[in-house]
Amino acid sequence: MKHVDEFRDPEQAQKLLEKISVLAKQVQAGKDRPIHIMEVCGGHTHTIFRYGIKQMLPPEIELVHGPGCPVCVLPMGRVDDCVALAEHPEVILTTFGDAMRVPGSQKSLLQAKAEGADVRMVYSPTDALSIARKHPEKEVVFFALGFETTMPSTALTVLQAEDEGIKNFSLFCNHITIIPTIKAILDSPDLQLDGFLGPGHVSMIIGQHPYLFIADQYKRPLVIAGFEPLDILQSIWMILNQLKEQRHEIENQYGRVVQNEGNHNAQEAIEKVFELREFFEWRGLGSIEHSGVRVREGYARYDAERKFSIPNLKIADPKSCQCGEVLKGTLKPKDCKVFGTTCTPETPLGALMVSTEGACAAYYSYGRMDSFESKKEPTT
Amino acid sequence: MNSSNSKSFIPPVTGKSQTITLAHGSGGKAMRDLIDNVIVKSFDNPALALLEDQARFDLKELTSLGDRLAFTTDSYVVDPLFFPGGDIGTLAVNGTINDLAVGGAVPLYLSCGFILEEGLSVETLRQITESMKKEAEKSQVSIVTGDTKVVHRGAADKLFINTSGIGIIPEGVNIAATRAEPGDMVLINGYIGDHGAAILEARGDLALKSSIESDCQPLSKMVQAMLDVCPDIHCLRDATRGGIATVLNEFAQSSNVCIKLNEKEIPLRNEVRGMCEILGLDPLYLANEGKLLAIVPREYVERVKEAMQLLPEGQYSAVIGEVVETPEKRVLLKTNFGGERIVDMMVGDQLPRIC
Repeated sequence: MKHVDEFRDPEQAQKLLEKISVLAKQVQAGKDRPIHIMEVCGGHTHTIFRYGIKQMLPPEIELVHGPGCPVCVLPMGRVDDCVALAEHPEVILTTFGDAMRVPGSQKSLLQAKAEGADVRMVYSPTDALSIARKHPEKEVVFFALGFETTMPSTALTVLQAEDEGIKNFSLFCNHITIIPTIKAILDSPDLQLDGFLGPGHVSMIIGQHPYLFIADQYKRPLVIAGFEPLDILQSIWMILNQLKEQRHEIENQYGRVVQNEGNHNAQEAIEKVFELREFFEWRGLGSIEHSGVRVREGYARYDAERKFSIPNLKIADPKSCQCGEVLKGTLKPKDCKVFGTTCTPETPLGALMVSTEGACAAYYSYGRMDSFESKKEPTT
Repeated sequence: MNSSNSKSFIPPVTGKSQTITLAHGSGGKAMRDLIDNVIVKSFDNPALALLEDQARFDLKELTSLGDRLAFTTDSYVVDPLFFPGGDIGTLAVNGTINDLAVGGAVPLYLSCGFILEEGLSVETLRQITESMKKEAEKSQVSIVTGDTKVVHRGAADKLFINTSGIGIIPEGVNIAATRAEPGDMVLINGYIGDHGAAILEARGDLALKSSIESDCQPLSKMVQAMLDVCPDIHCLRDATRGGIATVLNEFAQSSNVCIKLNEKEIPLRNEVRGMCEILGLDPLYLANEGKLLAIVPREYVERVKEAMQLLPEGQYSAVIGEVVETPEKRVLLKTNFGGERIVDMMVGDQLPRIC
């Protein structure tokens, strides 16, 4: 298939792997632990597991799966709020499919739907707006989720609703921004990361500049990476090159999509509709300053949090859950106490087991190659 | 995925004024008319025409065909009722035929229960019974007994069908999910995921256009042809909901073996692959309605494959993997890219009401 197979060519992969192997040995020599590279984005985690990249890499490299799955980092309290919204009789709640199964403290949206709430799966916020046009007697709430990748389409949908004078459409806004969270990870005392694979689609919107502090202040290399398996390998090779030459720069492997300055139109739309929240709660990581956005006052009529009274409860993560440590890269999914036993994709306890982009779910579904003996058989 | 070469799919005309009412399920004259003029007319066969409360079979005739009776049932709730490559009727007949076929049975008789929603057009029902008849004839199977119920509007979605079927298993055939052995080979009879992709597209809420058609087809003739060249087929199952990943996991778990697949060998249409790429679906989990997975002793694999390839339903048959000892109860996939990963059981539901 054109424009796909070129990025999955096994021969190219072999060549790159040989180069990676040579470099990794040089870089790791004299160190008492493997080189730790964090892929920030859940999309990268998915590619790494789906293509079996983890097993292809030499033992000197260990990939650490970062916090870049927006569904996974959604705190339980927000899911509860969303369920409460969905249960309003006049509400049609629209959501991306993978948010349906995220467990709240009482139930998921999927369970709320089974109990009679009108919850509908959409592929884009404009689909939600179409539903609002078709059902003027209902309030259509869109469960807005994701990083800068999905923020522009939500913002543009709000602007479209304003243009058309649609009054029965609003957002339950849970958009988050990745930069403060990367900073929080870099500030954690037990940090053991040598470099980052930067999120390709977020970077397409925000450009390269927001990452500069990682190179300047924290002296770590970051390579903005695409999502095909060869993209990942090439980006790892680029990070190793930097480490070998003791450079720490922001480089862009995903030049076919990401421009240095990002996408101005998208940035404008975001700026127009959203503003930073003082704090936003991340599942497993806690409250992080300026890490989420809300709808600006000027668009209050499109903000479900202002239109409805929302319980806004804080629910603590289950105690046995070690998602936070996995997110920070200090614990591997399989070493979590509940991984594969009480926490499985069918009955996720922690956030990272919920979405296919979550580190634990990806590890569970695709990756347990090295844990056949060490863990109890999952029941199916 | 190219709209210029997509076949336009025209849903059936439902303009005729006649609709199903509660009277059609009341047991009275309206019901009798419906059964006579739509159902019996379509399914036309001597056992049904008697309109007794049960179909009756000659035991001697049955025992002459084999030494075991196979019996199965399945309900069909697909949405939409009509889709490229088939409709709920073709599914209801072939689904049950295939459940018999993969036990090695020669399917003979089906029952058919309809649950109709008030307001359904009679013409729609007629089209569905006609396609059921057509599919049954392809496999020389008769629909010999049935039932019709009508429920209030909203109590069912248009039309649901249940079919049960009986068939005869010839002597010496012993197919079971527990029989996969290290050294065996894994076969499939063609492209995977067509049905799931066709239904997804037919629902129309994706704004995608393609030429993908459901693979809904009967498999019993092919299974008998396979058994002719290899009476000792170890495992056989049709890969419907949950796709080939689910069936292979069932084999691996029941037989305590590992199944190793080679992604490169798995037949997948470009259109289906494209749809999966766009939507983030894994074709290994997409539903099929005319695909089976066979596990056969290594020394027979080429002969079985050739026998399959001689028939239209097996034209694109391929050897996609092998059975090894460890890790037990696992399905592994060697990716095109050169890596290896686990193929697990499906979690949740990729898509509801696909069959």
